[in-house]
Amino acid sequence: MSDCHSCSMGPSFPPPAAKANSRHTVALVGPPNSGKTTLFNRLTGLRQKVANFPGVTVEQHTGRAKISAQRDVFLTDLPGIYSLKPCSEDERVTHDVLMGTMPGTTRPDAVLLILDATNLTRHLTLAVPILSLNLPTLVILNMSDDLRNRGGEVDPAALAAQLGAPVALISAATGEGIEKIFQFLEGTAAADHRRSTPLLQLPVLQDVPKCRQWAMQAGKGSSYQAPAHSAWTRRLDAVFLHPIAGPIVFLLVVIAVFQTIFTGAKPLMDGVQNLVSSSGALLASVLPESIFRSLLIDGIWKGVGSVIVFLPQILLLFLFIGVLEDSGYLARAALIADRSMRRVGLQGKSFIPLLSAYACAVPAILATRTIENKRDRIATIMIAPFMTCSARLPVYTLLIAAFIEDRRLLGGFLGMRAATMLGLYVLGFVAAFGTARLLKSSVLKSEQTPFLLEMPPYRWPTLRSLGLRLYDRAKVFLHRAGTVILLVAVVLWALGSLPLENGKPPAIENSIVGTIGKTVEPIIAPLGFNWKIGVGLITSIAAREVIVGTLGTLYGMDSNTQSVGLQQALQKDLTPGAAVALLIFFAFAMQCMSTIAVVRRETGGWTWPAAQFAYMTFLAYLGGFIANHVLTGAGPSTLALFR
Amino acid sequence: MQLSFKKNRLPSVGAKRLPGKLSELREGEQGVLESIELPEAVSQRLMELGFIPGIAVTAAQSAPGGDPRVFRVDGTEIALRRETALHLILKQ
Repeated sequence: MSDCHSCSMGPSFPPPAAKANSRHTVALVGPPNSGKTTLFNRLTGLRQKVANFPGVTVEQHTGRAKISAQRDVFLTDLPGIYSLKPCSEDERVTHDVLMGTMPGTTRPDAVLLILDATNLTRHLTLAVPILSLNLPTLVILNMSDDLRNRGGEVDPAALAAQLGAPVALISAATGEGIEKIFQFLEGTAAADHRRSTPLLQLPVLQDVPKCRQWAMQAGKGSSYQAPAHSAWTRRLDAVFLHPIAGPIVFLLVVIAVFQTIFTGAKPLMDGVQNLVSSSGALLASVLPESIFRSLLIDGIWKGVGSVIVFLPQILLLFLFIGVLEDSGYLARAALIADRSMRRVGLQGKSFIPLLSAYACAVPAILATRTIENKRDRIATIMIAPFMTCSARLPVYTLLIAAFIEDRRLLGGFLGMRAATMLGLYVLGFVAAFGTARLLKSSVLKSEQTPFLLEMPPYRWPTLRSLGLRLYDRAKVFLHRAGTVILLVAVVLWALGSLPLENGKPPAIENSIVGTIGKTVEPIIAPLGFNWKIGVGLITSIAAREVIVGTLGTLYGMDSNTQSVGLQQALQKDLTPGAAVALLIFFAFAMQCMSTIAVVRRETGGWTWPAAQFAYMTFLAYLGGFIANHVLTGAGPSTLALFR
Repeated sequence: MQLSFKKNRLPSVGAKRLPGKLSELREGEQGVLESIELPEAVSQRLMELGFIPGIAVTAAQSAPGGDPRVFRVDGTEIALRRETALHLILKQ
């Protein structure tokens, strides 16, 4: 493919045909925390191939950058590296892509090497292996604004002469100097980009001290003046890493997040709820009484609508996680957590994937690629689905709002409902750590690998990157609501309307779905669940929030509960003991197809995901059973806590 | 917090303290790295992170309990556990 652009056509007028068959790919490479992803987002905007999962870049992401009306360049965002000697799975991805040994990926035509200008001599060490790849390379010195504000300087032209490669001083966050990157991309897309002879000879790759010395010389040759240390980072660390204040701040942040997710999202959720029910009512009044109306209103509107309501809450959670990640606080949290992680046999690095599992287990399991030790990595994969992911949020919120009284606790700082939610999060956390301990002291016992973690300076999260995350997440959520949940709603409606009795749909208990539910009912009856919940448990193996849509459809079709909302219908149908049992069941169970698939992929077989599914389902059943029996047997004094 | 360091304090009370290993640096103290006594792969990675013999390293904050600790080296901050810092030898 790389031969295409050397053909006889003039480089400044690319023939239209060339666009179709010459796919120019440019790789973004750099050390961790140099701002690769920020730049990638700026260059590609919303033209990314669905970046399903936010968080640490652990695999290649591809996006298109428009460099002129007719030309696009494909950009690949690669995981951060310190050298071309990979230590962990994510670094191997970068290595393999650059070497052209990644299956299904062609070797990039050019490289954008992104370095942090405020830490140039150190980051320049990476220029040695990258420049010796002999690909057209643009060296990008990022964070020009930071460098200037803290009194540092560098001469890009002088550095270019030293390295024999073009250099651009930019700020990915503000967009300053970004046009130089487009100029380079135009150059590589149109014709081969030749490098000049460098003033400095590249040293031997394996000799790290030599490489470091070379970087120092290159810095000197370009009159690099390192900026003053970020005073803010030191000041913030004095608080966040304070032996007493640090953990307290951590706790306060967590409580504030929960309270806001519960109360702050309420007005928005009520708004969406009103929109869904009023549009449903409008449709019902316009359409004539027919099978089609029943499908649309009872099946689809009630099913899909009951899930869509939770979009604001999920976005709020992602906003918090995004701020924690982008600001640099996450690395500090990992540091504080290392001690407890070590107690269960894991290390602080496992903490970052586990924290992102609060959003979704799938990216968390991908993020375990940063863990060098294979056994630590598998243990982290095994416990990640216990962390309370955002798909549990709709289930939790629905049941808590229906069954837990809204009392104020802690002098009004924390509501009873938020506290219950927090309790469920803690439950998942405890299960995860208990399991880790079990695994690390038995089948996954291993030598400890050293914990080495770079503390990035604190930075303001940019609105742009937060916005992109939320946009991506909303897209994924709505996509699922429009496909899986819609399909489940339609199938359930059909199964709930058949077989016809005297040409009319039967009572829901006598339908096919009723029969299926009644068949599984004996298995789940000890947990206090009825057959409708049983159907929900089956459909939610696809994804947890599907149960909400399923219950929406089933109760919507039932003539007894058709007129009331889902919450009231559940209050009539479940005892408080059974409601708590259902909450606990969802805290433990591995109800998620995507997670099972990604565990299979990352562990390379069915053994681990099968064991994980069986173990988690067993715990879920046991927990639900105990909760139902303790609460139902405990009498009115305990139950007074609930309705 | 300092109590947990009892074991590693040099016995010479009052005399000038000379930390021999990175793990013996207290918050704010500086030392010059002499060598890394760890397997090849680990010491290579430590060097890539900036721990190159001859460089000055400053101990900064730590997690509660004093471990792991953040070290300022080569313009950045890297957190290491005590068990690793124990093998980074300082110039006397």
